[in-house]
Amino acid sequence: MIRTPLRPLARILLARARGENPDAIERENLRLRAEVARDRARARAEGRLVVLAGVFLLAFTAIGLQMGVQAASEPAEPRRWATEADIIADRADIVDRNGRVLATNLVTHSLYAQPHLMIDPERAARALAAIFPDLDAEAMARRFTDPGRRFIWIKRRLSPEQIQAVHEIGEPGLLFGPRQMRLYPNGRLAAHVLGGATFGREGVTAAEVVGVAGIERVFDDHLRDPVNAGTPLVLSLDLTVQAVVTEVLEAGVRMLNARGGTAILMSAHSGEIVALVSLPDFDPNDRPLPLVDGDAADSPLFNRAVQGLYELGSVFKTFAVAQGLEAGTVRPSTMIDTRGPLRWGRFQIKDFRYYGPQQSVEQVLVKSSNIGTARIMQRIGAAEQRAFLDALGLLAPTTVELTEAPTARPQMPPNWSELSTMTISYGHGLSSSPLHLAAAYAAMVNGGTRVSPTLIRNPRPVPGPRVISPETSDILRDMLRKVVTEGTASMADVPGYAVGGKTGSADKPRARGGYYDDKVISTFAGAFPMHDPQFVIVVALDEPVFTGGGDARRTAGWTAVPVTAEIIRRTAPLLGLRPEIAVARPSGITAVRN
Amino acid sequence: MRGIVYVLATLGVIVLAFWAYRETHATQRAEAQMRALQSEVAALREAIAVQRAEWAYLNRPDRLRALVDLNFDTLELLPVRPEQFGDPEQVAYPLPELPAPLSGPVETVFDLRDAAETSAEAPAPGQTEEELP
Repeated sequence: MIRTPLRPLARILLARARGENPDAIERENLRLRAEVARDRARARAEGRLVVLAGVFLLAFTAIGLQMGVQAASEPAEPRRWATEADIIADRADIVDRNGRVLATNLVTHSLYAQPHLMIDPERAARALAAIFPDLDAEAMARRFTDPGRRFIWIKRRLSPEQIQAVHEIGEPGLLFGPRQMRLYPNGRLAAHVLGGATFGREGVTAAEVVGVAGIERVFDDHLRDPVNAGTPLVLSLDLTVQAVVTEVLEAGVRMLNARGGTAILMSAHSGEIVALVSLPDFDPNDRPLPLVDGDAADSPLFNRAVQGLYELGSVFKTFAVAQGLEAGTVRPSTMIDTRGPLRWGRFQIKDFRYYGPQQSVEQVLVKSSNIGTARIMQRIGAAEQRAFLDALGLLAPTTVELTEAPTARPQMPPNWSELSTMTISYGHGLSSSPLHLAAAYAAMVNGGTRVSPTLIRNPRPVPGPRVISPETSDILRDMLRKVVTEGTASMADVPGYAVGGKTGSADKPRARGGYYDDKVISTFAGAFPMHDPQFVIVVALDEPVFTGGGDARRTAGWTAVPVTAEIIRRTAPLLGLRPEIAVARPSGITAVRN
Repeated sequence: MRGIVYVLATLGVIVLAFWAYRETHATQRAEAQMRALQSEVAALREAIAVQRAEWAYLNRPDRLRALVDLNFDTLELLPVRPEQFGDPEQVAYPLPELPAPLSGPVETVFDLRDAAETSAEAPAPGQTEEELP
C-alpha cells in the first residue's frame, strides 16, 4: 500500500498559491490516517471475539454432546484391571473342614427355541424327541408352529454330549443360554446338611441359583453375595468321617431292618458337628419332590437328626441324675427305693426287670431303672426340672444353621404336672430331636458348659454359660463310663477309647394315642474318650429289630449300641484320637480336682 | 522473530499431535490385549472350576471305596483301626551288633594273680591298652 505523505508538495503549493493554510492539509491527512488505523484495530478485535465465541461454542457443544451421550447410553461398570477373586463363581463353594469340595458350580447350557427363526420345525421337534426321550415330538411341533409364540424353553440343563447332539440338528431356531449349575460331587453324602439348590429368576443369558433347603438356604444371601465370591463357606463337617458314619449306619439300618436311622458326631467343647447323617437320604443333585400325602417323616427329605422329634427314653435319665447331684438332693451312693411298680393315680411306672428293693443312684443310672429315676426327680420338682432342661436347650429349637432347625420345636406337656415330671425324668412325655440330645450330652460331659451345635467351622469356641458344676460333670462321666463297662451298653466298649454313654429304648407312640409294643426308637448317647471327652455321639434307630439270637430283640443295647461302637472304632482314628490302652482308671474312684 | 515463533509453535503442535496419536493407539492396543487376557483368564478359571469339580467327583468316598474293594489284591487297603496306632515306646531299640565269630586261636594262658592285682584298672574285654584314656 502506497503511504500518503502528510504534506503532498502539489497540494501545499496549490494551497499557498490560493493563500490557504497548508497545515490544514497536514491535519486532514493525519486524521485520515488515524481513522484507517482505528478501523483496522476494530476489525482485528472483532475477529478475535468471533474466534473466541467459536471456541466457546465448540467447547460447550462438546460438553453438551458428551453429557447427552452419557445420559442416553447404558451404564457400564468400570473395568477391573486386576482380578483376584473368581469372577465366574457367582455362588460360593461349600467345603468341608479340610477344604474338600461339598458343593460347587459348573457351567452348562440351557436350550430354548425361537420358532420364527426355524426352518423346519417338525423335523427339529422329531430330532429333539430323539435326543431327549422325555419330550413329546408332536406336542413340541405344535408349539413350534404356533405363530403366537416367539420364545420357548425346552431344557434347563444340558450335558456337553446333548449340546453337541442339538448342534448337529443344524436348526438355527434352537439356541443355547449359558447357565451356572450347582453340583454336589459327593452325591448323597451329607445331603441333609447341604439341602439343594434350584434356579430362581431365569433370563436368557443367566439364571440365579437359589438354595432350597439345608445350609444352602440358610446361607443363601452369604453364598450369593459377590463380596465373598471365591471364598468358600467352610463347614465343620469332615467328609471322610461323614462317609464312614454313613457307611456304618447304612449297614446297621440294613442289618437291623430299621425304617431309618440317624447319627450325630459332634465336638464336645465347640459344638462343631463333624458328621450328621440321616437315613434314608437323597441325592441333592436331583432333589426329590416333597411328599404330597402321607407322613412327612417317611420322605427321604426328612432330616431325622434335626427335624425328627422323638420321645428318646432312658437317655434322659442322665439329666435327672445330673440335676439331683447338682441340687444336692442325692449323691452317687444315696440309696433309692426301686420297688415297683410305682403307682401314681391310675398310672404306674414299671422297670424292664426287677432290680431289687433299693439301688444306689449310680446303679439306677447303670441299670436304667425308671422307678429309681422317677423317685430322684420326685425330690426336685416340676419347675426346677423345666428350668434345668431349658438351660440345656432341650425346650427350644436348636440354633443349628439348617432351615429345618427352627421348625423342630420340642413337644412338651401343656401343664407340667408331677406325673409329667416323673415320666420326663426317664424320657417319656417330652419329644426332642437327636441333635438336642447331642448338645445336652455335650454339656453333661465337657465340664458343664452349654454347647450350641453348629455346622460352621469355629476354630476358637467360646464356652457357653455354665449348666452344671465341673464336679457333677466328673461324677456323670464316671457313671456314664460304668453304663458301658458294667451296664446296659456293654457292647459299646471300644478298647482304647473309653466310651461312655447311656442307652434308651422308647416305645413309639401310636398316632391315636398309646404306644406300640413292638416298635421302638432305640438310642445311644455318649462321648469318648471319657477321661477327657472330645466328641459326643448320638445314634438313633427307628424300629430296629435284632434277630440274631433267635428271638427278636429291640432294646438299644442290642441295636444302637453295636452300631455306635463300630462308628467309634472306625472314626476315632480318623479324628486323630490316639487309643489309650494303658489308661485303666479303676472304676469306682472319682477323679479329684486340685 | 514472530515468524520463528509461529513456525516453532506449528511444529510443536504437529509433534504433539503425532505423539497423542501414537499414545492413543498404544492404549487401544493394550486395552484389546487386556480384554483378550481377561477372557483367557476367565476361560482358565472356568476350566479350573470344572477340573476341581471333576477332582471332587472322582475322589468321592463312594468311588474310592469301590476302587479299593476292586483292587484289594494289589492294594490290600483296610480301614484304619485303633490297633494301628502305636507308642514310640512300643518300638524296640535295635539290638547291639554281635561280635564277629571267632576264627583264630585265642590266648587263654595268663597269670590269674596278675589279673587279680590289676583288676581295678583292668581293661574291659575287647579293649586294648592304647584305647584307654
